[in-house]
Amino acid sequence: MTSVLYDVPGPKARRISLIGSIVGSVLILGLLAWIIMTFAQQGIFEGRRWAIFTRADVWTLMGNGLSATLSAAALAAVIAFPLGLLLCLLRISDAAFIRIPVRVLLEFLRGMPVVLMMLFILLGFGTSPFIAVVTGLVLYNSAVFAEIIRAGIQSLPKGQREAGLAIGLTSFKSRMLIELPQAIRRMMPSLVAQMVVLLKDTSLGYIVAYGELLRAVQVMADFLGTQFLFPIFFVAAAIYIAINILVSRIAVWIERRGSKKAAGGVAKAEPEKANAPVP
Amino acid sequence: MDVILENLPLYWNGFLRTLFLSAVSGVIALVLGTLLAAARVSPVAALRGFSMVYVEVLRNTPLTIAFFFAAIVLPRLGVTFEQFEVAAIIALSTYTAAFIAEAVRSGVNSVPVGQAEAARSIGMNFGQVLNLIILPQALRTVVPPLINILIALVKNSSVAGAFFVLELFGYGRQLANANGDAVIPVLLGVAFFYLLLTVPLGILASTVERKVAIAR
Repeated sequence: MTSVLYDVPGPKARRISLIGSIVGSVLILGLLAWIIMTFAQQGIFEGRRWAIFTRADVWTLMGNGLSATLSAAALAAVIAFPLGLLLCLLRISDAAFIRIPVRVLLEFLRGMPVVLMMLFILLGFGTSPFIAVVTGLVLYNSAVFAEIIRAGIQSLPKGQREAGLAIGLTSFKSRMLIELPQAIRRMMPSLVAQMVVLLKDTSLGYIVAYGELLRAVQVMADFLGTQFLFPIFFVAAAIYIAINILVSRIAVWIERRGSKKAAGGVAKAEPEKANAPVP
Repeated sequence: MDVILENLPLYWNGFLRTLFLSAVSGVIALVLGTLLAAARVSPVAALRGFSMVYVEVLRNTPLTIAFFFAAIVLPRLGVTFEQFEVAAIIALSTYTAAFIAEAVRSGVNSVPVGQAEAARSIGMNFGQVLNLIILPQALRTVVPPLINILIALVKNSSVAGAFFVLELFGYGRQLANANGDAVIPVLLGVAFFYLLLTVPLGILASTVERKVAIAR
């Protein structure tokens, strides 16, 4: 691998880098070995602790947790995206009496912890945990989607809207037919990355007693005995992380595909760092 | 409204605790994240690999899992804390560091290639190129995204409230349970204190962003 940050290594630098790599690897492997040894001393790797995974009911409970996680995420995403689109259109409306209240609303929604919104809906309106989780996710993520799409629209050349208006489209038609399709395509990587955030945030359902994957882990550990906590937790965490990495990879893939197309003559999008998805 | 005024000292305690958690985790995460970003662009393959795996895994780990690990799994493995704050700080800072590393790395990539080439052509080594030329410019361009990550950190610290740490969200939950008839005002009070932190930070981020945009 070459980098602009350092010269192509010569024989001496390569040797130093190799030694560095070996020392670094030994340190990292040593740390891992120490962690594994500590775990082994606690008896984490005993066969009987992992034997529970041969039981069908463990997998049924795990599957139920996973499907609860995925269904909350899917429903929230399906509602949040159109709502975000609507909020975006209102946020950039020409009428100040619409634009300003929506702006305040978006700042409010984006500035609040998602888990607080979930608790608010759960206790304040006495809903089921599922509705609380989905509504919390929808409120927060639609605000974020609105800001991402707005950034996309603002990154378009001014002439797009001007040309739309000049050929006699109404303001709304210009937004729907000219600007939004380009903005959404342009912000696709950010939108998919935000989907990962949404999926990750379903785990907050654990706090409001929604029976998602992490809650299933807790229930199983309470039911089967705490010595099984670590194996179950480990498998559940691995499932969660694997799904998230998969969706993240899709985002990266879309980004690559998009930038290849952009090289063919389409105006390149300015990277909107401030709107990059955050945890 | 009375509920909020009566319990103002509790809110204030929670607010200070949230501020404390966010500040300590933020500082640790900034240092750790910058080190990870430096490792990611370094010539040493092992460091690059470690940084890449760390960022990839932590960024795709739900925060609740990180907390669950730090607060419930670690103690059962013999790592015990006097206070759950320590577990919360471990979870928050290791999680946030991955995002900071990504932001700083994207800042390093945004520095024009000529800068590094010029630095190398006058004979600087990797450490000098990174410390004297690249990082000062990179950190400047990533200030707005970093502030956004810190805003997220403030909001994420609320998860600590569910894991035995009494901060803003934790007190809010207690108060909501104690005042079943006034849940909505109690939680709106909590929201107000969060906005007290996040909104000014957001305004700061957009101001800095405008300033940087003009300078470039």
